[in-house]
Amino acid sequence: MATIPLDTAPPKAPTALEWIRKNLFNNWYNSLLTIAGVTLVYFALVSIITWAFTSANWRPITVAPLLYLVGQYPREELWRAGLSLLIISLLLGMSWGVWRNYVRLFAIFLGVLFAVLAVFPLDTPTITVPIRLVMAASAGMVFLGYRLGRIKTILGRYVATLWLVAMILIPLVILPGFSNSSVLPKVPTTVWGGLLITMILSVGGIVLSFPFGVLLALGRRSSLPVVKWFSIIFIEIVRGVPLVTILFMFSIILALFLPTEARIDRVVRALMGIVFFSAAYTAENVRGGLQAIPPGQEEAAKALGLKNFQITSLIVLPQALRLVIPTTVGQFISLFKDTTLVYIVGINDLLGIGNAILNLNPEFVRLQMEVYLFIAVIFWIFSYFMSYASLQLEKALGVGKR
Amino acid sequence: MMSDQDINSQPIILAKEVHKWFDNFHVLKGINMEVMPGEVVVIFGPSGSGKSTFIRTLNRLEEHQKGSIVVDGIELSHDVRNIERVRSEIGMVFQQFNLFPHLTVMQNITLAPIWVRKWNKEKAEEVAMHLLDQVGIPEQAQKFPGQLSGGQQQRVAIARALAMQPKIMLFDEPTSALDPEMIKEVLDAMIILAKSGMTMLVVTHEMGFARAVAHRMYFFDDGTIVENGTPDQIFKNPQENRTKLFLSQILEH
Repeated sequence: MATIPLDTAPPKAPTALEWIRKNLFNNWYNSLLTIAGVTLVYFALVSIITWAFTSANWRPITVAPLLYLVGQYPREELWRAGLSLLIISLLLGMSWGVWRNYVRLFAIFLGVLFAVLAVFPLDTPTITVPIRLVMAASAGMVFLGYRLGRIKTILGRYVATLWLVAMILIPLVILPGFSNSSVLPKVPTTVWGGLLITMILSVGGIVLSFPFGVLLALGRRSSLPVVKWFSIIFIEIVRGVPLVTILFMFSIILALFLPTEARIDRVVRALMGIVFFSAAYTAENVRGGLQAIPPGQEEAAKALGLKNFQITSLIVLPQALRLVIPTTVGQFISLFKDTTLVYIVGINDLLGIGNAILNLNPEFVRLQMEVYLFIAVIFWIFSYFMSYASLQLEKALGVGKR
Repeated sequence: MMSDQDINSQPIILAKEVHKWFDNFHVLKGINMEVMPGEVVVIFGPSGSGKSTFIRTLNRLEEHQKGSIVVDGIELSHDVRNIERVRSEIGMVFQQFNLFPHLTVMQNITLAPIWVRKWNKEKAEEVAMHLLDQVGIPEQAQKFPGQLSGGQQQRVAIARALAMQPKIMLFDEPTSALDPEMIKEVLDAMIILAKSGMTMLVVTHEMGFARAVAHRMYFFDDGTIVENGTPDQIFKNPQENRTKLFLSQILEH
């Protein structure tokens, strides 16, 4: 076997010690900075951890964990929320099996979290054995879904269709029920709350506003004056108004103008406001992507005899949307966090529930820190996984295609 | 493959007094051209002379504002149906290739046959493989355009245009964006095509190509056709001073 002469072999990777010396202690002020930084981080971590495990009082969270999850959803109908959770867990698992990287981390995390929650010691009577069983079953569902997703015949598009069905079924059938049904009696949205509302508003907002935004972006470039001006006026007006104002308009003014029998549900009204708001921003993001596609692409497609809508859907949009993944996901993350604003129109989302618990019980008055930290961590987890998935998607789509 | 019947038949492209303005700039000042089926036409001239604009009016990537253009018996007007019909009969190859970067080479070639000609996937792929063979890169079918060299990309673009089985091929400076060592592979593919009897209009400064396969050459300057003739007439005995000057400039180096 021939050996590679030393001078043509690639340089060896530095050892850990060499790396530390070269990057952290290469001169006196860098050494000083390193020592100061490490000390700071050490003391910050130690004090946070000691606070969290000794002096912090997590009672506002442990006393009513169900409130954070589903709000006032009637406890005798809780099985419907449980069923929804099981469906979502199964689909999440299947997505993990089919799409691998994008959801793997999130699915494993949630599966483990459910398993931990199933046995987590809480001395509150609200967490009954059936609830713990549902949590354990959800953890099982994630991994069962993964096994299902790994079967060759289950394709991505089936899973996507199932997600779509679940997204229609859960918020429109399973959770609200029907006014004259004995199996699924009506549960008005006034008692929905917590993470349930946050999820409905943010997932609904993202899923509905995206196609709407793409249409607006295309409309803005349309050669039909009516379509073009409608899009421009819509986008510019909505972008010029704060989300709070839009939420107020939809929850109060819309209710005033519509006759009582045509009242739209207040969660739906808030969702409409969020969708309008997000669609205008999505439209501008997508327009940026559309502008980045060289005119030669459209010309080549025209020269081949493709029709306009084929050019848009086969050539222009696939390229433009790929370009705007980072900004669009960024915008969806901020939309996700902005859903907390529905608190001011009287909807008890996750943050609203936290505030309600703090306000209702005098012994919790000084415990904002714990409650807000808990809520912040939940928001961070979801936001992090969104940006993680987007990064994976960019990597997968970028390779070899540009 | 050019038979007597072809020569005696109607011109496949008939342009009469074609005018076009970009805002106030008069790009085409009354262009007249007749192209017979099977003819190979080379259009050359200084940049800004309107040669690219002219061939782009033939498949209505540019609209002409005066005069008439009849392609394969169809008059180009605002009728969208007619435009789509004409476009599916005319293949076009661009200076910048304009391949679709998000699709594989195979998908680039089969896209229009599947969506416009409504062929099934198997037939479209069979034709595509045959064309890739013809342009000499069958092994690149599953790659993305970004993974190919410029010369290979332009050959894919030629295959993509041919997949629609067009009656006419337009080439808009097909070798101008290529590195010198890749020009030949593209010209070779074009020469094979010309010899197969395809009607071709080629905007190019590759005079070797013109000499080898062109039936007729048109010299454009300042939005008009200054002179036209067979390659022999143009190279050996140009009539106009502008033609002589231009030829001397591009043939010198």
